[in-house]
Amino acid sequence: MSVPISGYLLLAAVLFAIGVIGALTRRSGIAIFLSIELMLNAANLTLAAYSRLLGDRAGQMVIFFALAVAAAEAAVGLALFIGIYRLRRTIDVNRLNLMRW
Amino acid sequence: MEAAVFLLFGLVALVSAIMVVAHRNPVYATMSLVVTLVATAVLFVLLGSPFLAALQILLYTGAILVLFLFVIMLLNIGRERPSGARTTAQTWGSVLLALLLAGSLCRLLWDAHSDSVPAPLEVQFTSLRGVSDLLFSTYLLPFEMIGLLLLVAVVAASWVARRAEGEPPVDPEEERP
Amino acid sequence: MQPVDLLWLVPALPFLGAAVNALLVRNHQKSLISAVGVGFPGLSLALALAILWQYLASIRPQAIEQVLYAWTTGDFAIDVGFRLDPLSAVMLFVVTFVGFWIHLYSVGYMGHEAGYRRFFSYLNLFMGMMLLLVLGNNFVVLFVGWEGVGLCSYLLIGFYYEEVFPPFAGKKAFVVNRIGDFAFLLGVFAIYANWGTLRFGELGERVLADPATAHRPYLLGLSVAGFVALCLFGGATGKSAQIPLFVWLPDAMAGPTPVSALIHAATMVTAGVYMVVRANVFYQLAPEISMVVAVIGAATAIFAATIGLAQNDIKKVLAYSTVSQLGYMFLAAGVGAYTAAIFHLATHAFFKACLFLGSGSVIHAMGGEQDMRKMGGLRKQLPVTYRTFWISTLAIAGIPPLAGFFSKDEILAGAFAYGADLYKLLWIVGLVTAGLTACYMFRAVYLTFEGRFRGSHEQEHHLHESPRVMTLPLVVLAAGAVVAGWVGIPAGLWHAFGLPDKNLLHHFLAPVVAELPERAAEHEMSVAIELALMLASVVVAVTGILLARRWWLARGLAADEAFAARAGAVRRLLENKYWVDEIYDRLVVRPLRGLARVCWKVVDTLVIDGALHVGAFVTELTGDLGRFTTTGNVRQYALYFLGGVVLLFWWMIL
Repeated sequence: MSVPISGYLLLAAVLFAIGVIGALTRRSGIAIFLSIELMLNAANLTLAAYSRLLGDRAGQMVIFFALAVAAAEAAVGLALFIGIYRLRRTIDVNRLNLMRW
Repeated sequence: MEAAVFLLFGLVALVSAIMVVAHRNPVYATMSLVVTLVATAVLFVLLGSPFLAALQILLYTGAILVLFLFVIMLLNIGRERPSGARTTAQTWGSVLLALLLAGSLCRLLWDAHSDSVPAPLEVQFTSLRGVSDLLFSTYLLPFEMIGLLLLVAVVAASWVARRAEGEPPVDPEEERP
Repeated sequence: MQPVDLLWLVPALPFLGAAVNALLVRNHQKSLISAVGVGFPGLSLALALAILWQYLASIRPQAIEQVLYAWTTGDFAIDVGFRLDPLSAVMLFVVTFVGFWIHLYSVGYMGHEAGYRRFFSYLNLFMGMMLLLVLGNNFVVLFVGWEGVGLCSYLLIGFYYEEVFPPFAGKKAFVVNRIGDFAFLLGVFAIYANWGTLRFGELGERVLADPATAHRPYLLGLSVAGFVALCLFGGATGKSAQIPLFVWLPDAMAGPTPVSALIHAATMVTAGVYMVVRANVFYQLAPEISMVVAVIGAATAIFAATIGLAQNDIKKVLAYSTVSQLGYMFLAAGVGAYTAAIFHLATHAFFKACLFLGSGSVIHAMGGEQDMRKMGGLRKQLPVTYRTFWISTLAIAGIPPLAGFFSKDEILAGAFAYGADLYKLLWIVGLVTAGLTACYMFRAVYLTFEGRFRGSHEQEHHLHESPRVMTLPLVVLAAGAVVAGWVGIPAGLWHAFGLPDKNLLHHFLAPVVAELPERAAEHEMSVAIELALMLASVVVAVTGILLARRWWLARGLAADEAFAARAGAVRRLLENKYWVDEIYDRLVVRPLRGLARVCWKVVDTLVIDGALHVGAFVTELTGDLGRFTTTGNVRQYALYFLGGVVLLFWWMIL
């Protein structure tokens, strides 16, 4: 028996939601970043599902590029983390509050 | 058959996702993410994109998450302190909103595609040949630009993370952040 | 370059004088102030005389118009322009001549005042405005002058602004005038709405060409002409102090005496008469309104005369006298004797100015005292003042051959001859008033100059005749009071001596009075009736003088006291001017004050300020609430972000 496409889509939606919760709830910067990666992954899954549904390989291309962009983003983001840590000796988002008045 | 695989790895993905979000220890969280990504890769295969599954494992788990681990180790990031948000309201607000979002998405997707039938699988679709054909013809320009993007990212990352003149290296024995 | 081409300079010179004194001269340069303040009106007078000479010699009876520039163009085209015709020529002469001598007098009278420079500046400004008024060639320029003299009146009445009363009197004058001005403007609007022009020449032609428009029913149950006439007269009652808007004139005596002489006797108050005569075509087309004018004029005349009998302040006597004489002028206008009105205006200017300046001389000698009860026997110390005052009083009483006789007599004859019985009644009123006039004026003379001195010792030592700069104008004006009447000796009198009719003024002014078919044929009275009327006026006047002699020459103040004892209530009624001010206060001023208070406390404070406060409060509240979103807490922002995404998602996709 084959799985209906909606199953994949629903799964992706749930994974995305979990990622959102993580991004908004966690205190450590790294954890937030991980949640963001989770969200990206869920989006990729959605794309793959749609690609399969429509038979259009463009979806696969987008996933390809998304993957590459995620890599770039992760690199820069982690570099930023290192920079912040150097300055403030903390990754705790609650303590990184320079924007607060 | 497919259903069984889907259910199994879907469940795995779900559970490990929850673990990513829930674990206080960053290393455990990262490892959970690895599991999630691998399970997703399997799902990719089920969806007729083995190449992407391979790429996912190679790049995402093999490179990116390794990088995460490196940084965690480098900065000696310890267990996260509890009480993430400033107020309970914030926590519950986010959870609520996220669930709302999930619910809406699910509803939408279900309404749209509950009875959608995927197109028949062509060899063009799944084969590496098919992917590379497309990649190097129609999508050549984005492909090249991705290369440029990666170059920029590398340069930026190196520069941002550099040690300034006279600054002492990060001491792993130091008090955990 | 002929003198007439410089017509515009006549009003411009006093304005220039005012500006020079205001801006370029220092307070301590007294001789310069005097030179400028008297010089510019003097130049104006010289120029006016030259213009009049030329006009009389060659140009009359044509009218000359000189347009300086077009103020507005298009549909509502107003020029700044001047008109020299017989009427404005007479006014020009009166204003410049009398004005000049009063300016000269002021050098002596105001010499010790702190605000000397300010005084001359204002006085010159007044001259300029008054000349604008009389020389203007359309209603708008007239109105500019009208308002301008009102302003100067306010400024000059309140000249002693550090005291309590003068500013109040100035305000009162201005506000009461304003009420009249409202009516005046309504009249002007109606004129424009119906005839499309405000220029005097053009307007006269258009009205005469199409009488149907004038008789069309309009507002308030009146015809167009009637409405216009009534509204214009409303303005005149304000400016020329008739019932019901005369109340400002007696209080205006708070200003310096030259001001009272110039503005409140000779010129400004006569502006209403001038204006009515200017617009005589409307009054001729609306006989019912003309009747109103005549009745109010006569009523005012006798009303004010009775009050004058019981006043103790010499200036107040003269003020009420002015109101009364102005009533005569309006009586004349109301019976169609427009020439007579202007004639009386001119003669009155001479003797009233002389009387006021004379009273100023007395006040000056008395060190500021104005109450006649403290005066007496001044004829010895103030001979020139006494004689000129006496002459002018004879003139105002209407004793021939002085000026007042001829002008007043022409008015009374006009009233008698007009037709309906009502006018005979008005004639009687006028006659009685003439008697009263003689009576109260000589009362003033006797109380002031005859008998024993009733003041204090210091005042007695201070008594002295005024300097030449003050007595010269007195003499000149008194001379005018004697001879001015001779230009208007009525036809009847000429005929009585078998001479050709040489009523110069009448012939001169004839073109100004509109020729209407329904105009009552020039009242042809038989010579006999005319002489009889003249005799009647003389008899009445002499009776008044004799009564005054019997009461006040012989007994001085005792006469007043006896009167108070015998008819105390009447005396009190007159002395308190029929309590008109108090009545107005109750009826009009207090309700208006109450209304103003409501506007202030409720409308302004509660409603308007309240609305603003509410607005500010809402803004503040919004700010206070909005503050909570800008915490700098990024996670909170992320939460908002998510919320926004969910909302967008719902809105756009679902």
